[in-house]
Amino acid sequence: MEIVDFTPVPALIGGALIGLAAVLLMLTTGRIAGISGILGGLLPPTGGDTTWRLAFIAGLMLGGLGLVYLGDVSTIVIEADTPVLIAAGLLVGFGTRLGSGCTSGHGICGVGRLSPRGIAATAIFVAVAMITVFVTRHMLGGGT
Amino acid sequence: MKGIVAPLLCGLIFGAGLVVSGLANPAKVLGFLDVTGRWDPSLILVMAGGVIVFAIGFRLAIRRAGPLFADRFDIPTRRDVDPRLVAGAVLFGIGWGLAGFCPGPALTGLAFGLGKVYVFVAAMVAGSLAYGMWRRMKG
Repeated sequence: MEIVDFTPVPALIGGALIGLAAVLLMLTTGRIAGISGILGGLLPPTGGDTTWRLAFIAGLMLGGLGLVYLGDVSTIVIEADTPVLIAAGLLVGFGTRLGSGCTSGHGICGVGRLSPRGIAATAIFVAVAMITVFVTRHMLGGGT
Repeated sequence: MKGIVAPLLCGLIFGAGLVVSGLANPAKVLGFLDVTGRWDPSLILVMAGGVIVFAIGFRLAIRRAGPLFADRFDIPTRRDVDPRLVAGAVLFGIGWGLAGFCPGPALTGLAFGLGKVYVFVAAMVAGSLAYGMWRRMKG
């Protein structure tokens, strides 16, 4: 193992911003900032709570526009090709609904609340994702 | 109006956090997940920063009788680790490791104008819809 590309300061600041956004959503709207759940509640829309979900997702995209106008989108590298992206998207979409959360709802909010479900889910999906990368990069890919 | 502006700003701050932290970049995420290769530990600090701020802020926020612009705090109460939670986390972990995208960064990435993000988000929406259909079939 070799440590590369470590960016501790932006990582801490960015993480704090994510935590702050989750606190503010709870304080204002009373909801957990779990992105898969916020999106899932729109598929299909269930009536009364559609507005805040759409507004939050619009805000996420505005945050992304920040990189387009203030930063450099060419730094974004997506290695996966189309078939892999489709398989990955299907797994992420289905898995996060089945498991009631993703990196935000379980990883930040669940762990932050010391929820046993959040801690267990986070430990599992991080470990499985690491194994997946090991298999695809080092066993199948013969990669770097 | 508050019901739109508040979640919009929360989303904006969240998305900015994803961009600043590097989590919006799948290559950075895969660099963290590649523990046996050339390893980028940054995501540990993203998680740590987010968890610590949320842990403190959440406790302060829920001291209030209720949220500012809604009727009540909607906080998950289940504590049991059931097979569905485990299976869901496994499937999500495989998908996350394959492409380096989880739901937040994928939605934030829609702003980048990259075709690959659209492909991933379309498949993610299809997967989420498929879950809904599966649930309804099971009754």
